[in-house]
Amino acid sequence: MTIDRNTATDDRPIAVNVTNLHKHYGQLEVLKGVSLCARKGDVVSMIGSSGSGKSTFLRCINFLEMPSGGSIAVAGEQVKLEQKRGQTKPVDRRQLERVRTRLGMVFQGFNLWQHMTVLENLIEAPVHVLGVGKAEATERAEALLNRVGLYNKRGQYPAFLSGGQQQRVAIARALCMEPEVMLFDEPTSALDPELVSEVLKVIRSLAEEGRTMILVTHEMKFAREVSSHVIYLYKGVVEEEGNPQQVFGSPSSERCRQFVSAKGSAERV
Amino acid sequence: MIDIVHEYWRAYLFTDGYSITGAAMTLWLLIVSLSIGFVLAVPLAVARASDNPCLRGPVWLYTYVFRGVPLYVQLLIIYSGIYNLEFVRSSELLGPFFREGINCAILAFALCTCAYTTEIFAGAIRSIPHGQVEAARACGMSAFTLYRRIVIPQALRLALPVYSNEVVLMLHATTLAFTVTVPDILKVARDVNSATYASFEAFSIAAVIYAVIAFTLISLFRVAERRLLAFTRA
Repeated sequence: MTIDRNTATDDRPIAVNVTNLHKHYGQLEVLKGVSLCARKGDVVSMIGSSGSGKSTFLRCINFLEMPSGGSIAVAGEQVKLEQKRGQTKPVDRRQLERVRTRLGMVFQGFNLWQHMTVLENLIEAPVHVLGVGKAEATERAEALLNRVGLYNKRGQYPAFLSGGQQQRVAIARALCMEPEVMLFDEPTSALDPELVSEVLKVIRSLAEEGRTMILVTHEMKFAREVSSHVIYLYKGVVEEEGNPQQVFGSPSSERCRQFVSAKGSAERV
Repeated sequence: MIDIVHEYWRAYLFTDGYSITGAAMTLWLLIVSLSIGFVLAVPLAVARASDNPCLRGPVWLYTYVFRGVPLYVQLLIIYSGIYNLEFVRSSELLGPFFREGINCAILAFALCTCAYTTEIFAGAIRSIPHGQVEAARACGMSAFTLYRRIVIPQALRLALPVYSNEVVLMLHATTLAFTVTVPDILKVARDVNSATYASFEAFSIAAVIYAVIAFTLISLFRVAERRLLAFTRA
C-alpha cells in the first residue's frame, strides 16, 4: 500500500520515519507493527476509535511511551534503543532528549506548567533546554503569542485562562522550541464545544504555512480538510491509509467506511 | 508583674548578661533546625516520592522512625544516651559535640522536623499532575532540569500552607530545649519562677512571647502564600 507521495519522485526530506512499531503492555498488544513516513510539509492525521492505539503511537514517536519493537527516526536520526530486563531503554539519554527537542508536542489536557505565567511557559524550554538567551526567547515567545491572539495574556497564570486559551498557549509553547515536527494528541477533545474552533483555527494556519504535523484527532471534517495523508488505525494495525479523499470518500476497508460515516453523521448533528 | 518585666525583660528577650537567652535563643534553635531540616528534606522528599524502592525505602524508614518516637525521647537518647556510649565520650570529635546541650537540641530538632518536612514535600511532589512532567520531558528536559525547574518549585509552593503549620509546631517543640540546659524562653521563665515564686507572671510572660512569635510567623507565611501561590485559583 505505497502511496505516490512516498515514491522516489518526492525529494522532500523525511521528517519522521516510523517502521514496524510494536507496543505491548504485558500480554496486551496495543500496536502490532505500525509504520508511518512523514516528509517535510506533510500533515498526517490518525483516526480510529478509542483503544485503536493512535494516541499510544503518537506518544511512542517522542518516547513518552517506550516502543517494544520497531524503529523511529526523526530528521534522519534514529534513536538507539536497547532491551534491559524486558524493558526498552534508550542507549543514550542525551540523544533521546535531543531528538525530543525537535518534536513539539501538544497534549489533550494542555499540561501547562501551572506555577509559571504564559510567557514563562513559552521561554522555559528554549532557555533551559536549548540554551537560547532570555531576551531572544522572549522576543520569539511574544511573536508567537501575538500569532495565537494571546499577547495580552502573557503575564497571566494558566489556571486563569479558558481551555481554548490554554491550548493555544500550549501550541505556542511547542512552537517556541522551533521544532521540525508538531505532534498533536487529540488537541480539542478536552475542550468545550464552543472553544474547539479557536484551537482548530490555529492548527489550520500551521498546516497552511507548510509545517510538518502528525495529528491524532476525532474531528473528521477538520482532518479531511487539512491533511495530506490520513491513517485509519484499528486494534493496533493500519486498516486503511491514503489521501483524505480516498480514506473518507472511498475507503476499501468496510470498517473504515463504517467509522467515517458514523463519525460524519455525528458531526453533522 | 511590672517589677518582673522590668527586672527580667532582657533575659526573656535576648541575654542574661552572660549568654544568649530567651527569645533570641528560641529563634536561633528554630531557625537553625528548620534550615537544616529544609535543606535535607528537599532531596529526601524527591527520593521518597521516587518510583525506585531503593531510594524510597530508606527514606520511608527514616521518616517512620522519627515521626514515630516522641521528640522528647529522641532528645534524651541524643543528649544522655549517645554521650553515655564509651566510644563517643572518648572521641575527640564526637565527645565535645554531644556534651553541649545546644548541639544535641539542634540535632534532635533538625532530624525531627526534617522527617515531617520530607513527608510534607513528598506529598506535594506526588500531587503535581503527571501531565506537567510529561510536557517537560516532551520538550527534551533532563530529569535534573525537570526537578529543578518544574517539580520542586511547584511542590514547595503547594506545600507552603502545610509547612507553615510545621514551623509553628516546631516553635512549640523548642520548649523541650530547657531539659538539656539550653536557656530558651521557657528556661528563663522557670528561672524567674524559682527566683520570685511568681509562677503566673513568670509563665504568662513566656506565653505572650511565644504567641507573638507564632503570630508573626503565621502572618509572614500568609504574605508568602499570597505571592507564591498566586498561580492557584483560590
